[in-house]
Amino acid sequence: MATTAIPWQENRIIQDRIKRTIAYTIVIIMAVAYIFPLYWLLVTALKTDVEIFAQPPPIIPPNPQWHNFADSTTYIPFWRYMWNTIAISGLTVLGTVLSCTFIAYGFARIQWPGRNIVFLIYLSTIMLPSQVTLIPLYLIFKDLGWVGTFLPLVVPHFFGSALYVFLLRQFLLTIPQELSDAARIDGASELSILWHVMIPLMRPALAVVALFTFVQTYRDFLGPLIYLQNQQDWTISLGLKLFQNMYGAQWQLMMAASTLAMLPTIVLFFFTQKTFVRGIALTGLKG
Amino acid sequence: MTISLRIPRLTKRQRRSLVVGLLFISPAIIGFFVFNIGPIIQSLQYSFTRYNILQPPRYVGLNNYLFLLEDRVFKIGIQNTLYMVLIGLPIHLVFNMLMALLLNTKIKGLSIYRSIFYVPSITPVVASTIVWLWIFNGQFGILNEFLRFIGLSPIGWLTDPNWVKPSLIFMGAWFGGNTILIYLASLQDVPYDLLESAELDGANAIQKTFRITLPMISPVIFYTIIVNVIGYFQYFTEAWVMTATRDGAAGGVANSAMFYSMYLYQTAFQQFKMGYASAQAWILFMIVLVATLFLFKTARWVYYHAEN
Repeated sequence: MATTAIPWQENRIIQDRIKRTIAYTIVIIMAVAYIFPLYWLLVTALKTDVEIFAQPPPIIPPNPQWHNFADSTTYIPFWRYMWNTIAISGLTVLGTVLSCTFIAYGFARIQWPGRNIVFLIYLSTIMLPSQVTLIPLYLIFKDLGWVGTFLPLVVPHFFGSALYVFLLRQFLLTIPQELSDAARIDGASELSILWHVMIPLMRPALAVVALFTFVQTYRDFLGPLIYLQNQQDWTISLGLKLFQNMYGAQWQLMMAASTLAMLPTIVLFFFTQKTFVRGIALTGLKG
Repeated sequence: MTISLRIPRLTKRQRRSLVVGLLFISPAIIGFFVFNIGPIIQSLQYSFTRYNILQPPRYVGLNNYLFLLEDRVFKIGIQNTLYMVLIGLPIHLVFNMLMALLLNTKIKGLSIYRSIFYVPSITPVVASTIVWLWIFNGQFGILNEFLRFIGLSPIGWLTDPNWVKPSLIFMGAWFGGNTILIYLASLQDVPYDLLESAELDGANAIQKTFRITLPMISPVIFYTIIVNVIGYFQYFTEAWVMTATRDGAAGGVANSAMFYSMYLYQTAFQQFKMGYASAQAWILFMIVLVATLFLFKTARWVYYHAEN
């Protein structure tokens, strides 16, 4: 092909190749830069407490201290904190998926007067900064005796989340109305249409909501900081600071525990990459 | 879709569907009043009181708001937060867009790069901020080690009041994978024939980007601006973890990393001045509301093409 190319084409091929090389070079440099902090986390986690403060710091740990990982899980009640984090995240996912499914069905598949205006008002709550409701909610939960339990972190999620309702509603609107009509003629109730017809079709969208909710809750810091007051109820994000509090900073152990704390979301991502990418495209589409 | 304010007479069937519809959305109705409207109103009420939880709230009129006018730390908090919204956020969004444009050049191994740039944004904020704390460490951090290696003097990334906010912005770029992927997904939806015909008309890459690609995805850009402006006004965790001291204080040297939500948190949950903190919360609410309205009013640059 190249032999028959007329000059301007050849010129273009060379230009394209140069552009391509530049693009690859930048992408690779950026990729290395993005990986580096995670690499540094792992490397620091494998160092001895002397190597930590060595100057210049060894880029590859000379004698990797794998036991740091085990040590970090006994220095703080690591598994207990992990269990708390996963329990809170799991319950939050359950509440969000359950409530948002019902709410989205009510906004998408049932024609009722005033539906659109009510939906718009509901949707506007996305824009509400959470700090505005923080103090009254804290005082309500305190009156209920819920402060110091998981309840303030979990229960609100059983009453829907506007963003995920929006996502599921968009998805439900794409399902042909005839499916519902046919089921209604057969005498099916709305609940059974939701359960037997919609939920099986909604699975990909529900997976997105579940994943995003899990990651978001798992990463949360402010909520647990305010509501979890007994040290044994802490999540891992709160627990990590204990490495700094007791005898100065135990950097290598703190890094080891941080690495372990990251693993669940990273592993989850690699197993559900497609769902994540689809979900991100969906959240962007709402523009 | 016209909305009439008169309540129309409903047929029996409409009434039935109204009841069923409201039943399905009932969790949202309860949530809306119990977790949103109710607390917003209560928060306004508390903002006119002095309330330390132990004694019942006492009405103090506008005192909290008047005190805020003279509160030096509050003022610094606003300044720092505006710095983050007006400087940090634009830097992040432009950077994320450049990364997305770069990834959209049909490079091989896209899914690998996509993962690499996305993973930091799903790690627990505290865990990854801890490694940055170590990278930024003045004495033993790798960043200063590098500066010394190339013959520059080390920088107090987190201890120098002039550097702490740039450091936080630098770290924040690392958390931006989510936005990169949102941009990338929308870039991939830009119709190829549009770009091709522009190219035939002699448009170069920069013209194509500014005349076609960016206008085509402007609704998505607008969406990320709105969401992030609201988010950056509430900037908390990264700065808190970065500057937390052993006795539970935070905010950095001379409050150089004291952000609005951090001061609000300290006022409410460390000093237990619930009324004073509620006044802060309401001012934040108003600021975010005005900022959002401003963005919507000036949204003429957003181009909605043939979509419903």
